[in-house]
Amino acid sequence: MPPFLTQPFPEAWRIPLRGWTNDGVSWLVATYGDVFRGITDTVLLLLVRVERGLAALPWWLVVLLVGLLVWHASGRRIWPAVSLSGLLVLVGTFGLWPQMMTTLAIMLIATLFTIVIGIPIGIAMARSDRLKMLLRPLLDGMQTMPSFVYLVPVVMFFGLGNVAAIIATFVYAVPPIIRLTDLGLRLVDAEVLEAAQAFGASERQTLTWVRLPLALPTIMAGVNQTIMMALAMVVLASMIGARGLGQEVLRGLQRGNVGLGLEAGLAIVFVAIVMDRITAGYSRRWDPTVKGR
Amino acid sequence: MANRHEEGEPNGPDIHIEVEDLSKVFGPDPESIVPLLREGVSKDDILARTGHTVGLRDISLRVERGETFVVMGLSGSGKSTLVRCLNRLIDPTTGHVRLDGEDVLALGPRGLRDMRRHKMGMVFQRFGLLPHRTVLANVTFGLRVQGVGLAERRERANAWIERVGLAGYEQALPRELSGGMQQRVGLARALCTNPEVLLMDEAFSALDPLIRREMQGELVRLQQELSKTIVFITHDLDEALRLGDRVAVLKDGFLVQVGTPVEIVTRPADDYVRAFVEDVDRSRVLRARDALKFAAPRATERVEEARGRIDANATLGEALAVIADGGGPVAVMGRNDRVLGVLDGTTALRALTERPEVAKGHSPAA
Repeated sequence: MPPFLTQPFPEAWRIPLRGWTNDGVSWLVATYGDVFRGITDTVLLLLVRVERGLAALPWWLVVLLVGLLVWHASGRRIWPAVSLSGLLVLVGTFGLWPQMMTTLAIMLIATLFTIVIGIPIGIAMARSDRLKMLLRPLLDGMQTMPSFVYLVPVVMFFGLGNVAAIIATFVYAVPPIIRLTDLGLRLVDAEVLEAAQAFGASERQTLTWVRLPLALPTIMAGVNQTIMMALAMVVLASMIGARGLGQEVLRGLQRGNVGLGLEAGLAIVFVAIVMDRITAGYSRRWDPTVKGR
Repeated sequence: MANRHEEGEPNGPDIHIEVEDLSKVFGPDPESIVPLLREGVSKDDILARTGHTVGLRDISLRVERGETFVVMGLSGSGKSTLVRCLNRLIDPTTGHVRLDGEDVLALGPRGLRDMRRHKMGMVFQRFGLLPHRTVLANVTFGLRVQGVGLAERRERANAWIERVGLAGYEQALPRELSGGMQQRVGLARALCTNPEVLLMDEAFSALDPLIRREMQGELVRLQQELSKTIVFITHDLDEALRLGDRVAVLKDGFLVQVGTPVEIVTRPADDYVRAFVEDVDRSRVLRARDALKFAAPRATERVEEARGRIDANATLGEALAVIADGGGPVAVMGRNDRVLGVLDGTTALRALTERPEVAKGHSPAA
């Protein structure tokens, strides 16, 4: 066999991506440190307010409100409302109520960001095939890139703690809402769109009166996915200093306290079930093709 | 519907929509196909050679103000493309469309929106209603797009909802209504902006036969009061003959024939149209006046033999019934009680059973 076939990968071909990345991250932190600090402070302020607000609510009021929301989302059915708010009470009996409120606050804010940023991107993506082509690999990357990879730079930019956790959660959870907004808008019945056009509706009128309302069920499915993914990040986020239920799971792991781990894990599952039923319920309720409201 | 073509127009026709040399090619580079169209390369050859689909070829026609102009053709004939070129839901590749002499293809985005908002209403095959909005909201859609205030929107929409027979259903959602009722909503929506032109794309094709006939009757009734210019697309010959003042037949993107229903049935332009009209119930299309043309020489002068009278615009079927009842010929009455001729049973049967010949030297131009 000729010798060049057995040679190892040529050393000279090495692309110093890691060097570039490290230099780039350091440069960003050094140059735009103030910007990142500003973002951190703003998000933190928001988080603290929401968290305090949730913590100030008496537990029974939270249970009642969640029950009402489930009742409304499920099409005014009693049983889901009772059983799901019962799950929250169960978390209270584990002694994890304050942690659950913290997790809820982090999640609500991460979800808020994904909605506020993800839906407009999805709208832009539905309008332009070229943008869609550009964004698709990026979204694929965001969903498949192991989270540990961006946990470290996120901490470098935003410091340890809840804010970094929210940003990391955002990166992980925003792709589905972008994708499903795009999909929902593209799936809108062509004849209804044609009708809007035929009556001289402007692009803006078509978007707000026809496309978005008809895409709403799909967009809500995106919100649902996003929340589920955000919950999946809770434990990982606790590794960069997020408090709440994830921290308890981590503590259980570190101390070999299997019981604590199970309780916190179950609490996360219960929160996930409640959030899923609420968002899925609204997704169905707002679907104009489904009979009976 | 108005029989205007039989009566004749004193001041010449009042052209509302004019289509001239209109062609539409679908594909990545439609412009490059135009020379091939000019050379007369066939649709199939163009598809095989270039991957482009020819939708319409050199269509020229004129629609008169207040007439119901039906475009008939099978699927793939280009009829839906043609109607969409009129309000530019589809932009034609070459040619002209004029509305009241104004070049529709030269309109900018704003001008086009204004035209769609104020001058043309459209009714769709599968209704195209907003499923999440009520009947009232759907009917007011065009006015809302125009920026008309809520109170006026309501008032105008309610009038139309009542007129199409949907009073009491204002707050219903489209899915709660039957197909026929949903299309009444579509019709009210199109009429609510008070457009001059109504484009109806297979508007009744999705309805079951009984409801379809009912809606056809409804349209005829409304049109008698409104006298809109209607461009009605259909694949159903019976519907075309029933509704159309004039009918255009499309085949593979070509305009094959334009004429009144009677002309289409009695003088088809080619074998394609003839095959189409062969099974038509002529007793419903031909009128008593048309049947007179089948009379033997001098038969029309025997006025004294007539056992009854019938209006010249009555259908041949109605004339036959009168003949059968009276047991003899009937006088066909024109305007001002003038006798146009006498129709006897033999003549009527000849008119009914004639096999139409392809018209020689017929030009398909409008």
